[in-house]
Amino acid sequence: MSKFSAMTLLKGALTGYKNVEPQWPDAELKSEYDVIIVGAGGHGLGAAYYLAKEHGITNVAVIDKGWLGGGNTGRNTTIIRSNYLYDESARLYDHAVDLWDGLSQDLNYNVMFSQRGVMMLAHNVHDVQSFKRHIHSNRLNGVDNVWLTPEQAKEKCPPLNIAANARYPVMGAAFQQRGGTARHDAVAWGYARAAAARGVDIIQNCPVLSIERGPDGSVTGLQTARGFVKAKKIAVSAAGGTSVVMDTAGVRLPLESYPLQALVSEPVKPIFPQVVMSNSVHAYISQSDKGELVIGSGTDQYVSYSQRGGLPLIEHTLAAICEVFPIFRRMRMLRKWGGVVDVTPDRSPILGKTPVQGLYLNCGWGTGGFKATPGSAHVFAHTIAQDEPHPINAPFTLSRFETGRLIDEAAAAAVAH
Amino acid sequence: MLLIHCPYCKEKLPELEFEYAGQAHIARPDNPAEQTDAEWRDYLFIRSNVRGDHAEQWRHSHGCGRYFNALRNTVSDKFIATYEIGQACPTSHAEGEENNEQLES
Repeated sequence: MSKFSAMTLLKGALTGYKNVEPQWPDAELKSEYDVIIVGAGGHGLGAAYYLAKEHGITNVAVIDKGWLGGGNTGRNTTIIRSNYLYDESARLYDHAVDLWDGLSQDLNYNVMFSQRGVMMLAHNVHDVQSFKRHIHSNRLNGVDNVWLTPEQAKEKCPPLNIAANARYPVMGAAFQQRGGTARHDAVAWGYARAAAARGVDIIQNCPVLSIERGPDGSVTGLQTARGFVKAKKIAVSAAGGTSVVMDTAGVRLPLESYPLQALVSEPVKPIFPQVVMSNSVHAYISQSDKGELVIGSGTDQYVSYSQRGGLPLIEHTLAAICEVFPIFRRMRMLRKWGGVVDVTPDRSPILGKTPVQGLYLNCGWGTGGFKATPGSAHVFAHTIAQDEPHPINAPFTLSRFETGRLIDEAAAAAVAH
Repeated sequence: MLLIHCPYCKEKLPELEFEYAGQAHIARPDNPAEQTDAEWRDYLFIRSNVRGDHAEQWRHSHGCGRYFNALRNTVSDKFIATYEIGQACPTSHAEGEENNEQLES
C-alpha cells in the first residue's frame, strides 16, 4: 500500500487520480485467530491497530455484521473534548485527546482533527456553578478549560444570542480550546487501512451469531454467518448491539440501547467557528468542513434498536437552536438519521475484562464514544494483549455495578455527553 | 412519532403525552436487608435490553397520569399490546414475535 505524502497528492492531482488503489483488502475469514474483535467501528479497528502496532499481535480479525464504520462511528456529530468532572473520566478522555493530536501522522491518513474549541453554554445559576466546578476540577487534572463571560463567548462565536431577554439567556460558558471535531469516517478508514497494512483481517457483512465457550468456561471462538472461527481471545466492541452479543456468552449487562439522532443543514459558507453545546436545552452544533451545520441532541426516551428516532426530539432540539442562534432560523435541514447507543446507569463506559476468561468488553459509551476513540482503542488493546487493564481504564470495570464504585458522570453532567 | 394506546383512557395518543419509565416486571426484593451485592446489581442495573419484544413501563404523564405496561418490538418500535399495572404480560416473547408479524402484515 502506498504511503500518502505531498508528492503523492501532487501526482494524483496531475494525473486526475486515475489509479487509486483499494486502501485495504476485503479479507476472507480464516479458521483461527489469536484475537477477534467484534465490531468494526473506530474503537474496534483502533484496538486492532494498537494490538498490531504496540503489542506485536497481528493474527487479528475485526468482524462486523454490516460495513466498516457503518454504526455509530459514521453517525455521530464528531465532537471531541475531555472536560469531564471525575478524575477517572478526565484521564481517559484526555488520553484520547492526546492521541487525537498526531493521529493523522501516526496513521498516515488525514482524520481532519480540528481543535477549534468546544464551548458549553450556561443558561442558569445552576449551570454556572456546575461548569465552574468542572473548570476547577479539569484544571487540577491538567485538562484545559476556561470560563468565558457572555461577551467573551459572543466574541468567539458571533452567531450566539446573548441578549438579556433571550428565551435561554447566556450567563457564560466553559471553553475547552483543545476540543473540536474530526472527520468521523476517516477515523474508521484510517484505522482500517493502518491495521490492514499490519496484517489485520477486516471481515465485513458477517454477523456474529454467538460467542462459544469451552467446558472450563473460557472462550473458544465465534459462531458467525460464515461458519465457526476459533479464537484465543474475543473482544466485543459492538456499541448498541453489545447486550445481544454478550447474552450469547451468558454475560448480562447493565446496558440499555437507545436511539440517538442527529441532523445536518444545507451547506453554507463558514459561519460557525466552534463547537457549541447547550446541555440544559439539549442541543449541540458545529459546522462541518463541507459547510453543513451538524446538530445533535439527547437520546430518545425509549429503548430501541431501530436506528431511527422520533420527530418530537428533533423539533425540541431545533427549537433550542433557533432560540440560541436566531441567525439560523431560516436554514433548511437536509438529512436526519439515528444510531443505537448503549447507555450505562452511570453514563461512564465499561472497558476491561469480563467474568469469562478470554472475553473482553468495550461498551457503554452512550452518547459520547466518538471523542474517546483513540484513547479507548489504545487502552483496550493493552487490556486484551496483557490480560490486565491499563491504569487508565482500570476503574471502568463491569464489577463497579456490584461494588457500587460508580463513576457517576450522569449525575455530574445530567445530560448530553 | 409513536402512537400509544393508554389502557386506562382507552385511547391512542401521540408519544408526546407519555413518558417512558423503563423495563417492566422488575419486582423490588421482599427482604432488602438480605440481598447480596450481586442481587442488588441485578435488581438496580442489569436490564434485558432485548432486540425484539420488550415489556416496559410508560406513564401517561400529560393525560391520566397513570403508569401502565406495554409490550413493544424494539426493532420495529411497534406496540404489540398495552396493559394495566398488575396484569400479566400478555404473551411470551416468542409468541409476541408472531403476533407482531401479524400486526405488520
